[in-house]
Amino acid sequence: MEPLINVAPYTGWVYPNETIFEWSVLIAVYPYLTGLVAGAFTVSSLYQVFGFERLKPVAHLALLTSLCFMFFVPLPLLLHLGHPERAFNATITPHWSSAMAMFGYFASFYVALLLLETWFAYRPFIVEKAQQRKDLLGTFYRILTLGSYDVSDKALRYDQKWILWLAIAGIPGAHGLHGYVGFVFGSIKAREWWSSDLMPVIFLFSAIISGVSLLAVIFVVSSKLRKIPIDLACLKGLAYTIWGFIMVALVLEGLEFANIVYKGREGVEMIMEYVTGPLLVPYFILQFAIGAILPFLWLSYMIWRGTTGRALIAGVTTCACLVLFSVFMMRWNVVIGGQEISKTGKGLLSYQMTLFGKEGALMAAALIIAPFLVLVVLTRLFPPWEDHAKSSSSLRSHA
Amino acid sequence: MKKVSNPSLAARRSFLSKLARAAACTGALAGAGALGVGVAKGASAKTEAKPAAEGGSFPTKDYDWTKHQWAFGVDATKCIGCLRCVEACKVENDVPRNAHQFRTWVERYVYLEGEDRARIDSQQDPVNIAASGSEKEYRFANRYKDQKVDKAFFVPKLCNQCTHPACVQVCPVGATYKTEDGVVLIDHDYCIGCRYCVQACPYGARYFNEEHGVSDKCTWCYHRITKGMQPACVEACPVGARIFGDIKDKQSPVSLFIRNNRVQVLRPETGNAPNVFYVGIDKEVN
Repeated sequence: MEPLINVAPYTGWVYPNETIFEWSVLIAVYPYLTGLVAGAFTVSSLYQVFGFERLKPVAHLALLTSLCFMFFVPLPLLLHLGHPERAFNATITPHWSSAMAMFGYFASFYVALLLLETWFAYRPFIVEKAQQRKDLLGTFYRILTLGSYDVSDKALRYDQKWILWLAIAGIPGAHGLHGYVGFVFGSIKAREWWSSDLMPVIFLFSAIISGVSLLAVIFVVSSKLRKIPIDLACLKGLAYTIWGFIMVALVLEGLEFANIVYKGREGVEMIMEYVTGPLLVPYFILQFAIGAILPFLWLSYMIWRGTTGRALIAGVTTCACLVLFSVFMMRWNVVIGGQEISKTGKGLLSYQMTLFGKEGALMAAALIIAPFLVLVVLTRLFPPWEDHAKSSSSLRSHA
Repeated sequence: MKKVSNPSLAARRSFLSKLARAAACTGALAGAGALGVGVAKGASAKTEAKPAAEGGSFPTKDYDWTKHQWAFGVDATKCIGCLRCVEACKVENDVPRNAHQFRTWVERYVYLEGEDRARIDSQQDPVNIAASGSEKEYRFANRYKDQKVDKAFFVPKLCNQCTHPACVQVCPVGATYKTEDGVVLIDHDYCIGCRYCVQACPYGARYFNEEHGVSDKCTWCYHRITKGMQPACVEACPVGARIFGDIKDKQSPVSLFIRNNRVQVLRPETGNAPNVFYVGIDKEVN
């Protein structure tokens, strides 16, 4: 017998082929990573395009974060494929009617855009380092200049135009990438838990809050590590952003659930049995109560009371961590939850996550941690901090 | 049924291999390749009316897929739940011999006295596997022998070879496709193993073959029917509960079955337009 993974115990009546779980935790990690990419990019765009000055200290950090997480987005998919060596078939011979066929194009376009925008944003820094350093690292920077050493005001103004337009193009790019991920699930009519017109927007807004929260946490932790005072105005700006978008995310997810219950189509009884049984804790308690409503109320309180100082830092960081957890639970509840409700509408399955193996919990954790490690390296090579990259981060004043 | 290749896919591949030789594999090429596919697809669309056997890779010589339109009938009133069809299918199609992966299966619906809902199980149920003593052999355990049964019946299930198959729609590489004669096939040499099709099938007809890293499902024994034979399950059925044939032939068993009975399909609300026609199923069957 072949090595079978993810054989799922079940209750009630499920189709015989359903007893193997086909989409594992990695498929929950995939939209989680793309969401963080889209959310982090939102912060960068809020500054570059919409002029949110208070987010300036994290604008470059947002770009680097987005880039680091984007590098790892294809990995959970590749690890999941039965034939990863054929992955490019989807790009070279795409089957246009498939929602999944667009992934290669969306992802490649977005990576190219991110690389380009990051290059323009860091060009003055790269030129400076290329001229200063004579060692191997200097050669690295000299290669990255691509032969362009012109950092005159005119050239920088030209760069700024590129940054602006790339940031503008990046908004539909990043959000399209993630909205599309929602469509991959929302367009599957075989599963009542997924099949929803609201799914792309739900994914989008949860993506934004997760990415902004990620930046808030990285901003606080990096400031602590660098032993510099935390820019409270910036942190508050991030808190406002989370607060604003979390309301929309909550309303959309509430609407989605209300729609399923109110329409009460075939199989709704099994869905109700599921959400009030196995999903009660992961869905209502962890995703909604602790992960979304609690941070929303906490942030509302801090905004109302004008909280500042250490209480603001502790509050926003905790809320951001809770939101990050909540959004992961949302991905889990969609991807795993959708498969735990049988297509028969008459049975429930139970996903058994393995610890080891290429689709196990450790691999999932590694895929989420790896972008942080790459980010540490990238921040050494391209410091996103204002004090290090004065010339590049003060670009807006040139424009 | 292992290596049936779609001629349009073969055309695509040869076109792409030429393309790949002509240029380096860059991101720009990816876009150009996609455009090339559109051209190749358009070209193959013009030749689709040709007999499939001319495609070169087709397994059966002289078979003309434009001359047939296959369909399947299930007379649930005849099925006795012997599960010979399931075993025949596993052997014929090299389906993994376990209790989790099937190209065809049989469902048992039992209404016990005093209950308003059917108790449903299939051969993969642990109680039934315990009764057979092996995951490689199948039988229904006599689990309701001490209870009063109001109504009971068996329902054979298999791929519906839908007219608008959701599995074909979602395949990102076009590895699964609809043939001219109405069967949905999978090119196992092209499938990337993403399992989107497994998720999209509302009937649970697809499974993922771990050993080969590809999706798999019932093909109505395409390798047999294109040689004029019956699918293995139809041939193994001792009571004639499974009926197969060509609906272009008005006197074929399946044409007569559809004409002489009031037939229904499973989950018509999905818009998939299935091509397995049932007689004698109840409201709870989906």
